[in-house]
Amino acid sequence: MPTVARSPLDSGRAVASEIASGYDVERVRADFPILREKVRGHQLVYLDNAATSQKPKAVMDAIVHYYEHDNANIHRGVHYLSERATEEFEEARKSVQSFLHAVRPSEIIFVRGATEAINLVAQTYGRTHVGAGDEVLITAMEHHSNIVPWQMLCGEKRAQLRVAPINDRGELILEEFEKLLSPKTKIISIGHVSNALGTVNPIAAIVRMAHAKNIPVLVDGAQASPRVPVNVQELDCDFYVFSGHKNYGPTGIGILYGKAALLDAMPPYQGGGDMISSVTFEKTIYNKVPHKFEAGTPDMSGAVGLRAALEYLNALGMENIAAYEHELLVYATEAVSAIPGVRLIGTAKEKAGVLSFVIEGIHPHDIGTILDQDGIAIRTGHHCAQPVMARFGIDATARASFGLYNTKEEIDALVRGIQKVQEVFA
Amino acid sequence: MGDLRDLYQEVILEHSKAPRNYRELKDPDRKAEGFNPLCGDHFTVYLQMQGDVIQDVVFQGSGCAISKASASMMTQALKGKTRHDAEELFHRFHDVVTGHAPANGTQADLGKLAVFSGVSEFPTRVKCATLAWHTLQAALEGKQDAVSTE
Repeated sequence: MPTVARSPLDSGRAVASEIASGYDVERVRADFPILREKVRGHQLVYLDNAATSQKPKAVMDAIVHYYEHDNANIHRGVHYLSERATEEFEEARKSVQSFLHAVRPSEIIFVRGATEAINLVAQTYGRTHVGAGDEVLITAMEHHSNIVPWQMLCGEKRAQLRVAPINDRGELILEEFEKLLSPKTKIISIGHVSNALGTVNPIAAIVRMAHAKNIPVLVDGAQASPRVPVNVQELDCDFYVFSGHKNYGPTGIGILYGKAALLDAMPPYQGGGDMISSVTFEKTIYNKVPHKFEAGTPDMSGAVGLRAALEYLNALGMENIAAYEHELLVYATEAVSAIPGVRLIGTAKEKAGVLSFVIEGIHPHDIGTILDQDGIAIRTGHHCAQPVMARFGIDATARASFGLYNTKEEIDALVRGIQKVQEVFA
Repeated sequence: MGDLRDLYQEVILEHSKAPRNYRELKDPDRKAEGFNPLCGDHFTVYLQMQGDVIQDVVFQGSGCAISKASASMMTQALKGKTRHDAEELFHRFHDVVTGHAPANGTQADLGKLAVFSGVSEFPTRVKCATLAWHTLQAALEGKQDAVSTE
């Protein structure tokens, strides 16, 4: 358990109801082969899940199964395998649709990752709607991938990138955010959960504010989608993006969700095969969504692997995962903040999965090296969020980020590791 | 894999806590900025030259224990050296921290800088140990743009 069956739903539901009463982390861990790895003679303690997550066996099996039994190019051949590969790929799209609670499968676009999804929207919706003097609104807690694509767009269009400020706890200041909404604001792009701080943003409220002024909202769900249930209809956001590899799926695949009416009206992103209905040298008729945005042969095995990952998450239940990870975060927050000389960066009331900290007089890079000696993997540095570091007057933090297979014992190991760091530097 | 104490030797920890020649030169002959975009470390190295001789070398910035101690000990090692000697020393230092030459070999002849030989067991930290040196080289070459380890 939860060995996710290749066909969805059947075993999934049974497993979900079985664990609802108690989250059996040891059984979950057994599904992740890499967790048995020894690192420098120690049991691996993997606390770098915000960078990428490990993969359950079901994901690897699905990919191998695809290559051993189903592989052919999709949407092209009349032959049997092409038909089967196409079916697998489109079933994967449906599994993403149901994971995000989108209205229809055609609202799900396969891309390489959250980064490409944001670039896609900036280069299609953005280039169509943002002009000279217009504004794009982001927040002070964004990942570089939700800053740079908009900066590039604003540079090209002579538009302004506006940044909503955050407070000392690392929370968005909603009143300031609302003041920045104006008729010039053409799109808002905001993270659901901050990768550097762990802050959970009140997306539904933000979308309501934005829609009251007819401004569309893109939500960067890279950190949220593996940690909390996501319902794009309830959030009412216009775009939602995430990466497969942070969702316990393979690298190289990611998702752009967009409301059908918006996607229909957007120009294509890249040109090539599969995104066309007909081509002559004079004129090309574009295919309909989602294919209009999927030029070239896509990452078919990646889609199949992602489906297996999402089915795995469904089987556990996102509510259960969120509750369990919240427990871990509370435990870790108490334990780590109790260590003298340690300061947490990011103390929002609503947080998920991420514990960023600094230790008085010790650089995060040194913390990372010393923890690594005991097999404890954390991230150190600016976490691709240099403006966040600047906001807190630091260059870098040490960041432990949790996944659905982490345990309190691993957090205890982290605490012992931090104490060892302090001994080395005493 | 090396022991932690091979990396964090007492001398290194001591220099990281109390770096030598840690200041700004108001009117340097040459200066350069170096940074490691992966971890956010950044240093500025200031040089006062007399002809081809490094009369004074100081630095400022922020970084981890390894990068700061390396910068500190570099400034101590370089005062009074010619540009050629400084570049030679960097080559030998680089060979040792990347594991291409033994620290105790005669060709290394690193003097006190030999304490950084433990870095060779920690490949992810080589850039920390060499950041100040790359910055120095940029200053010697009179480069205007900040140098990056990437």
